[in-house]
Amino acid sequence: MFRIIISAFFIVFSSVSYAAADGQRLYVQNCAACHGYNGDGGVGVPLSLPDFLATASDDYFFKTIRKGRPGRVMPAFKNLSNNEVDSIIHFIRTWSDNAPPNYSTQPVRGNAINGGKLFQAQCASCHGKSGKGGEGTGVTLSRPRNQPILAPALNNTGFLTSAPDEMIKRTLIKGRKGTPMVSFLDEGLSEKDIDDIVAYVRSFETQTTVSTNSKKGEPAVIIKESPYSLDETVDSLKNAVVSMNFRLIRVQNLDAGLTEKGKEDKKQVIIYSCNFNILDRALKIDPRVGLFLPCRVTVVQHDDKVLVMFANPLRMSELFNNSELDNMCTELKSVYEAMIDEALL
Amino acid sequence: MNSYRKILISFFIVTLTISLSAIADDLIMRRTKASFPEAMNTLQTAITEEGFKVTRVQRVDVGLAASGYKTAEYRIVFFMKEKTVHDIVKRQPELIPFLPLKITIFAEGDETILVTLNPAKLNEFFPKIKMNKEFSEWENAVNRILDKVQSE
Repeated sequence: MFRIIISAFFIVFSSVSYAAADGQRLYVQNCAACHGYNGDGGVGVPLSLPDFLATASDDYFFKTIRKGRPGRVMPAFKNLSNNEVDSIIHFIRTWSDNAPPNYSTQPVRGNAINGGKLFQAQCASCHGKSGKGGEGTGVTLSRPRNQPILAPALNNTGFLTSAPDEMIKRTLIKGRKGTPMVSFLDEGLSEKDIDDIVAYVRSFETQTTVSTNSKKGEPAVIIKESPYSLDETVDSLKNAVVSMNFRLIRVQNLDAGLTEKGKEDKKQVIIYSCNFNILDRALKIDPRVGLFLPCRVTVVQHDDKVLVMFANPLRMSELFNNSELDNMCTELKSVYEAMIDEALL
Repeated sequence: MNSYRKILISFFIVTLTISLSAIADDLIMRRTKASFPEAMNTLQTAITEEGFKVTRVQRVDVGLAASGYKTAEYRIVFFMKEKTVHDIVKRQPELIPFLPLKITIFAEGDETILVTLNPAKLNEFFPKIKMNKEFSEWENAVNRILDKVQSE
């Protein structure tokens, strides 16, 4: 028995190690949904741009996969082994014939104060005054965008941990064809100016507050008891939905479409609604927010109580690793609460 | 010696359990090279083949376009089993806001992306509810459904 368990243990883990060799399979499994099969981007940024591959070191990829970008969609892949991460990087490298760069870990010395002035003049229009990057998620062909790629968040702890000074400097010097990132040498800055900008970007490390996205204390479902009957509560909620500038989409029983028509359980009623302006904003932040949709309040008669409930947007938001979405979900939770308060007055 | 073996076996089992459970992601996502209409068709067939019933397809893109917003094809497919719904209503009504299960499907250029909440995440959302077995079954079913769509 003991030998069997030991053997099973090593078989399972050796199979995991074997899987690590298959970079393409791992890429398809873990990365392609966001970055595309060929690294063209989508929900995530494009990875196959030649200038990006010529600038990004293997160590940059490794740390990016491991650390992610807190609050910026890209999750930290903690479940992958080191071999598996290496295999994915090896596969990404097949998109370019150029050897990957190696960078010194030595800091680039520059004047961060002067760099800050140059940053505001040259970089802030895309990367934001505080280096927070472009708004929204990745780049996509499906929804309207005003740029082929969103400017990365330079003040993100994941980026600052992954990108050495030399990589940032080289990007500033060379630019990236196929993106709005130009060569700032060509734009007239000196190498010293560029060193100063690098020093300023590095100074974000002391300014950045990490978004922990911790919503663990929040309940997954908000439940309130109604003082009214089920029908009265549903009617009041329908009025409240409209008064909050949401469009009533439909009212149905929970088992509609499952049970024979006319025989649905009338004690569970779902009120679906939508505010298309909020929806449009949310989709631009992250196109996967369909998981929230449509907005929904459920009224349930359970025992002798009428309960009004909704899935807490703040708990749903933790799935997305997106601080912009966190803000919107805070707003949405308040809207739900106001809607219910108005209905149950 | 026996106690040593027991400790070692326990260590292996715990390590194995932790390692495998850590693999679960909060979102289950797939990209398919199929066009949106093809992927949509395969998705509904795959859901039915897993024993679920598609209760509704929410045409989010139609609503957005009617309100003047530009969008690619974007739908939400709701599905469930009748018996499961009725059981849960009796046992765990707080789960109702998460039912029926749903998969979001949207066009990404010539390709299609599908995404859903990993049902196993409900264990974390509702730590007092002991439905690990059911959530795990849903997770496996959703993975099989999305694998079928991706492989078509």
